[in-house]
Amino acid sequence: MALLDLVRDSPGVRSGLSIAAAVGLYGISFGALSVTTGLSVLQTCVLSLVMFTGGSQFAFIGVLGGGGAPAAALGAASLLGLRNGVYAMQLNALLKPPAVHRPLLAHVTIDESVATGLAQSSLQERRRGTWTAGVGIFVLWNVFTLVGALVGDQLGDPRQWGLDGAAVAAFLALLWPRLRAAEPIATAVACALVTVLTIPVLPPGTPILAAAVVAALIAWVWHRVRAGRDPLLARETR
Amino acid sequence: MTYGPGLWPWVIGACVAAYLIKLSGYLIPRRWLDHPAFLRIAAGMTVGLLASLTVVNAVATGQQVVADARLVALGAAAVALLLRAPFLVVVIVGAVAAALARLAGLP
Repeated sequence: MALLDLVRDSPGVRSGLSIAAAVGLYGISFGALSVTTGLSVLQTCVLSLVMFTGGSQFAFIGVLGGGGAPAAALGAASLLGLRNGVYAMQLNALLKPPAVHRPLLAHVTIDESVATGLAQSSLQERRRGTWTAGVGIFVLWNVFTLVGALVGDQLGDPRQWGLDGAAVAAFLALLWPRLRAAEPIATAVACALVTVLTIPVLPPGTPILAAAVVAALIAWVWHRVRAGRDPLLARETR
Repeated sequence: MTYGPGLWPWVIGACVAAYLIKLSGYLIPRRWLDHPAFLRIAAGMTVGLLASLTVVNAVATGQQVVADARLVALGAAAVALLLRAPFLVVVIVGAVAAALARLAGLP
């Protein structure tokens, strides 16, 4: 069967499916927590269907649950979602999506789909990885949000099953193959440090933006230094 | 308590904001994107974003840096990667390591 062949032969599809399974199940926690916070089942499902960016969704109900105003919940969710704008820029540059795909691709532009797509080595695999992870997570996240909203906390905490460990492992596995030269290793170490140092001082979700700025600066400086040393490259870029 | 229908405008507003943020990145002109410097920076940012996502998922709890079962998962995944395990195996190793660490009493 063609679909099975695709799963067997495409690293992008395989990574996308694995990450979708691990992340989609988390929808249960969101559904359960949202209803416990006082949102209706329908409001909970609309957040997963339309907002569809886990961090922002948890922030939205988290602010409400902490006694915050709905306007503050909207603000926190939006701040947390800013990184998706950076991701979108990345996908636009590296996937070169046709104009008609962009509105749909924008909707599934989230941490996991971007990470899966960018980690692949060819344009085709990048596209497959992004779409498989994005659509796979969309389907599972929404199904499990509904399950969580209906059955509440009876299934227990998904952390008990190690699902948060699966996410950590997945992101490291996506980063790993890129650490083969001095520049990416320096970038990864610098960005990891910036992230750890800014977690306590920046709003949740924004340390990733700080890391993105640092990574861009390193790439820029590295490029300038090499261009300065190599007259051929220097002429090319001017 | 429940919020009722009064919450709807905020739910819809937050959803629209989230989508517009995502869409904004696709509105950058294509000719900028083909510039060599932009591509280089995009490649560097990919590594930076992946490294940052790994760290956030491993140690962040809200605005706190905490060491818990997720760090065990990170270490176990690194070992699996050193042994050249395929992606799916690495993910499963991470989940099993975190679950076992919690069974052993880690937060």
